[in-house]
Amino acid sequence: MAELTYLQAISDGLRTEMRRDKRVFVIGEDVGVYGGAFKVTLGFQEEFGHWRVLDAPLAETAIVGACTGAAIMGMRPVAEMQFADFISCAWDQLVTVAAKQRFRAGTPVPITVRLPSGGGFSGGPFHSQNPESSFAHIPGLKCVCPATPEDAKGLLISAIEDPNPVLYFEHKHLYRRIKGEVPEERYTVPIGKARLHREGADISVITWGAMVYTAAEAAGQLESDGVSVEIIDLRSVMPWDKAAVLESVRKTSKALVLHEDTRTGGFGAEIAATIAEEAFEDLDAPVKRIAAPDTPVPFSPPLEQAFIPQVDDVASGLRELAEY
Amino acid sequence: MAIAREAEPVNSLREVREAGLDREDLLGVYRSMALTRGIEERGHILYRQGKIPGSFYTGRGNEAAAVGVATAMGSDDVGTPLHRDMGVHVVRGVEPWRIFAQYMGRADGPTKGRDGNVHMADSNLGLIAMVSHLPAMLPVAVGCALAFRIREEKRVAVGWFGEGASARGDCHEAMTLAGVRKLPVVFICDNNQWAYSTPTHLEFATEHVADRAESYGFEGIIVDGTDVLAVYREAKRAIEKARAGGGPTLIESVTLRMEGHAVHDDAFYVPKEMFERWAENDPIERFRTWLRNNADMSGDEEDEIAADVKKALNDALKRAEDSPLPEVSSLTEGVYATPEDLDTPHHK
Repeated sequence: MAELTYLQAISDGLRTEMRRDKRVFVIGEDVGVYGGAFKVTLGFQEEFGHWRVLDAPLAETAIVGACTGAAIMGMRPVAEMQFADFISCAWDQLVTVAAKQRFRAGTPVPITVRLPSGGGFSGGPFHSQNPESSFAHIPGLKCVCPATPEDAKGLLISAIEDPNPVLYFEHKHLYRRIKGEVPEERYTVPIGKARLHREGADISVITWGAMVYTAAEAAGQLESDGVSVEIIDLRSVMPWDKAAVLESVRKTSKALVLHEDTRTGGFGAEIAATIAEEAFEDLDAPVKRIAAPDTPVPFSPPLEQAFIPQVDDVASGLRELAEY
Repeated sequence: MAIAREAEPVNSLREVREAGLDREDLLGVYRSMALTRGIEERGHILYRQGKIPGSFYTGRGNEAAAVGVATAMGSDDVGTPLHRDMGVHVVRGVEPWRIFAQYMGRADGPTKGRDGNVHMADSNLGLIAMVSHLPAMLPVAVGCALAFRIREEKRVAVGWFGEGASARGDCHEAMTLAGVRKLPVVFICDNNQWAYSTPTHLEFATEHVADRAESYGFEGIIVDGTDVLAVYREAKRAIEKARAGGGPTLIESVTLRMEGHAVHDDAFYVPKEMFERWAENDPIERFRTWLRNNADMSGDEEDEIAADVKKALNDALKRAEDSPLPEVSSLTEGVYATPEDLDTPHHK
């Protein structure tokens, strides 16, 4: 096992699959000579050549559409959106073409779209978003959101191997901040299985991506109050691990759903509704949601800090639940 | 003055032979065109009988364009035909009864009742099912060509779009990517002069859609879409050029949409004289006359083809009407693919 950053683990997963499977290729803006805006594919073009690491024109519709065509012809394309925000330009190709092709025409579309997402560095309204709930709502698409280096590698390999279009949300704030042990060999992490990040007895926090670490810090603050917090890292929001969430909530009887995306219609609403429908009798408090307010992501640091859920916000939410 | 090249008509049997078709092939092309029109005429009757849910679209006037291009494709080539291109499905070998089953939302249609009208394709015949959002299939066709280029296969992808859809960004993005990478793809613009009710002068400001090709770095050609042999010859040249590594071509095939956008639309906005003028250029009549004058097609041969098409349609209709409606219990199946779904000729 080697200690890798989250970013290095993504590169490692991609390199592992490209070495193993000639059908895998990468296409995106500046992924070749430059190695990608965040350097995930640094050195890939030297190793795999110009036709497996393709610098694309600034044309997200063509990038995702071409991946769909190539996938139907038997390739395993991996598209990089330079920022997750730009996936809006390829919405039609993902939602209209790729997502519905298996259901209506019987044709599987095994593509992976990498989406550097999330805020925390003054990226502003167009370089900071977390659009996973928009795509989780589309039947036919899968959405994964790894939080740890080990999951970053294993979920990327699973995404490439999966016979469906998979959106791989990689959180930019974790790229170089988070390090962890990552197995050197090839392995997969199952899509749709949650991970227990922290075991606890009193409150369940259900979250994913960078918010796993925010939740963990807040949980640490509550230790001195004698409140034991469990953290479920969903790892995938579509499909999501309903069984793991319900099991945890039935054990603790209190649930806090936390995400960095905006509140209304965020994926947390689906989780909260499911808990209310299926575990109502087990609850000792109303399900609580903590999410960003319903605004675009702001640029200026104090505004952005007020937008993204902070450790103190989560800690006070947990205290409210503990006292209920 | 067009920037793109304006294709000449094909005048003699010798020219056709040079382009790769013998007399037997020509009779086959004629049969495919007749079958294409027959399928859509029978479909229209089914619609009026209330047997087709939703709406119904035809490609009347586009039979030569669709059949001509499909005849020029190789068996390993692939394409993304649209709702005016029934002739492509026919030439690639779709069984007509499955089209009628598709129209009627039956379990044996290519989409098993999950999608309607011409939103279908048999992937085993090298075709990919279209979506309503035009020209969303152009980037997909470019992706097929990209796969062929990466694997160094001598295969070509053909992507269809209408002159109306040429306004959309997908068209520009697909042609840009295809141009910079010199991919083996041929773009076919079915210019039937009306995007629903909108005429061409409100759709694009150049004289021809094919004039744009030069700005993407490849050749543009304008062809009379009612002349099946000219369409065939130009498509064949473009496909073989792409196969040989010469990059994309944009062929604009000019026709008139001889009916409304769909059956509910009486096309009142199309000048009557325009219909009358183009009716004189009916692609099937035109080719029949050509075959009589240049290939000695006899009355007996013509009757034989007509009888054969009629029987094929009768048999197909009967079989399709016997096809069951889909089981409601199947509704939620197959939203997601399984690894077994990848067990196809393409994915091996």
